[in-house]
Amino acid sequence: MITIVDYGMGNLGSIQNMFKHIEVPAEVTGDAQVLARATKILLPGVGAFDSAMQRINSSGLRAVLDHKALEERIPILGICLGMQLLTRNSEEGSLPGLGWIPAITRRFPQMPGLKVPHMGWNAVTPSQPSELTSGLALDARYYFVHSYFVRVDHAVDSVLKARYGITFDAAIAHENIFGAQFHPEKSHRFGMQLLSNFARL
Amino acid sequence: MLRTRIIPTLLLRNESLVKTRRFGRFTYVGDPCNTVRIFNELEVDELVFLDITATPEDRAPNLALLTDIANECFMPLGYGGGIRRFEDAKAILRLGFEKIILNSYALENPQFIAQLAEHFGSQAVIVSIDVKRTIFGRNKVYTRAGRLNTSRDPIEWAQEVQSLGAGEILLTSIDREGTWEGFDLELVRSVAQAVNIPVIAHGGAGSVADLGRVVRQAFASAVAIGSMVVFQKRGMGVLINFPDPAEIAKAMESDAAA
Repeated sequence: MITIVDYGMGNLGSIQNMFKHIEVPAEVTGDAQVLARATKILLPGVGAFDSAMQRINSSGLRAVLDHKALEERIPILGICLGMQLLTRNSEEGSLPGLGWIPAITRRFPQMPGLKVPHMGWNAVTPSQPSELTSGLALDARYYFVHSYFVRVDHAVDSVLKARYGITFDAAIAHENIFGAQFHPEKSHRFGMQLLSNFARL
Repeated sequence: MLRTRIIPTLLLRNESLVKTRRFGRFTYVGDPCNTVRIFNELEVDELVFLDITATPEDRAPNLALLTDIANECFMPLGYGGGIRRFEDAKAILRLGFEKIILNSYALENPQFIAQLAEHFGSQAVIVSIDVKRTIFGRNKVYTRAGRLNTSRDPIEWAQEVQSLGAGEILLTSIDREGTWEGFDLELVRSVAQAVNIPVIAHGGAGSVADLGRVVRQAFASAVAIGSMVVFQKRGMGVLINFPDPAEIAKAMESDAAA
């Protein structure tokens, strides 16, 4: 069972649709008690960094999430903004992130001809083997929508890289913590593969 | 780097898919859910649904139908037609669509663009601009499914929607729509050069070469296609299809692929 955290920001419908399609049981909750029983957590997110952190901090979910991530060490996958929240901080906001993975979030630089947000289908290249990306097709492409990107402190935590003006970490993994900058739930079989891998961890 | 998005744009009329020509002359294409299943298998970049009778019939979006569509689709989805309330937009996004497309109501109440962009982010808000050339050769913005001339200039309106927070513009040439005659390159170029947000060119695609041309020569960021993906060929029967991605990639490089 995958527990999808509902803290009021994120496209929960499409994530549930994809889990249903790949026949993985999933539940959506914003309730700390339900979350406390979770064995695998998906942290979605669309929107601004600070408003997301504010909601998580004030929802009563923060302590449970920290416990799950750092004490119980169950697998946790952050998607899009949800991945950026896993880092220490973001150039988008002033609140600290969850800090579960040694990484930071930065804004795409201003470059001629580079439209921000980075929106559309982009290719990815593997940087480190990971259970999250095992069996991924060579021509794997993913749907991205973001104005900020993640950079891990240690190359070993980068799983997939993508290029848009600069090279950034498109998927990351550090022990039980995983992140995907793109939207697997909107990326056809490439996304299904990644979410099935996460479900099998 | 990014590949250019080629977006099948499907027209809903009641609970059926249709294709029009210059916003009239409906041809029945099929059942929406069967059709999206085929596009899902074809792994298209993105899909747009426009309910072309919602506004003329003063109807709200058909959420039951949109639920069925969202359940079948694992690519980015946009929906337009009859969205006039914040709650409509919210419900559609919750179903699994990520882009709300505004047209008629944005012209009646431009602040609605800002309201949605502030709440859901600019990436979730597309403003659709339908343009028709008058007999004096001027481009004018039309609304209510192409029935009402607003006398607005498309460039000026495009700049206004950008400043209100729209994330993309779906620019449709009514004169070219469903004709297979190629895009109105002059129109697309004039709008694309006047704004910084992506312009999706729509209306007139008849070949893969047309797609390349509107991107390279008129600076469209993405291309919306209708007839090409629902008919076998010009003047022939319905066949849901999608051009070969390798051919599209070649057309984006040069005219040689034509």
